[in-house]
Amino acid sequence: MKKKKRGLQEINAGSMADIAFLLLIFFLITTTMASEQGILNLLPPKMDQLPEPPIIKERNLLKILVNKDDYLLVEGQYMKIDELAEFTEKFLLNNGKDPDLSDSPTKAVISLKNDRGTSYNRYIEVQNELRRAYNKVRNDLALAQFGKSYEDCSDNQQKWIKDKIPQKISEAEQANVGGDI
Amino acid sequence: MSKFNSRKGKESPGISTASLPDIVFMLLFFFMTVTKMRDTEMLVKVKIPQATEITKIVDKELVHYLYVGTPKDANMHGDGVRIQANDAIILKSEIGPFILNEIAELPENKKAQSITAIKGDQKAKMGIMSDIKNKLRDVNQLKMMYYANRKKATD
Repeated sequence: MKKKKRGLQEINAGSMADIAFLLLIFFLITTTMASEQGILNLLPPKMDQLPEPPIIKERNLLKILVNKDDYLLVEGQYMKIDELAEFTEKFLLNNGKDPDLSDSPTKAVISLKNDRGTSYNRYIEVQNELRRAYNKVRNDLALAQFGKSYEDCSDNQQKWIKDKIPQKISEAEQANVGGDI
Repeated sequence: MSKFNSRKGKESPGISTASLPDIVFMLLFFFMTVTKMRDTEMLVKVKIPQATEITKIVDKELVHYLYVGTPKDANMHGDGVRIQANDAIILKSEIGPFILNEIAELPENKKAQSITAIKGDQKAKMGIMSDIKNKLRDVNQLKMMYYANRKKATD
């Protein structure tokens, strides 16, 4: 009798989809897609001896105080958080017009002081508003000077703008009026 | 007559599922490449604040995290605000060594660029935050980031 030659049996690929789905679901559950994003900040270096504080004219200093109940005091005036960005912008771009506000953006310094009892959320809000004001002023200058937004400018152009409008936010050592935690 | 009628009664052919594995594998590879493994188990509750002026860090390798919030398990860690690094609750005095350890694990050319990201709870107080910042300054780790989610601009 002649034996019939058997071909190689094909592997059934029907369950391939199930296996792939299983793997897919496993990866969906165990991994995260969150990207690293947030407000960047550069801390001042630690020094053994404090250098002589630079003399800053009163008008060039924007004093922001935040108390333990998250209320803002800007230049001695009570202020709401949504007014802060606008006021900062006005302060930066004053160019000597108003005697209480800054001489020029290069000389303007923002001094931020919060209580140990200030909430982290409010602190982030204040930082965000200040940065928003700076970014807007820089962007406006970029549009006026180079005709494109700040993000689209080349590195050299960005540097030029940064020299014109340096971001000087100084954080004072915190008060502990409200008590800890 | 039947040339046209011949198809009548014939069932429509089923959709071929032969390419299904390929599609699913494609999805699988997509998720494998764009996501990263959840590496830490959260021991503290963190509700991340929102902000609009956000910078994205492209090189994830540079970033290490400090989580600040109230412990999930109050019986084990108390009910005050605690700091978590990797998989453990640490004391304020352990922040410095933790940062130095993280920096030591980076390749030589990236050591100077390492970033400490603080994932802080909205309700945490600035007292503990400034203590952390002072600890960072002690070990000369000056680049830091307040982790925040993107909020849609109101205006």
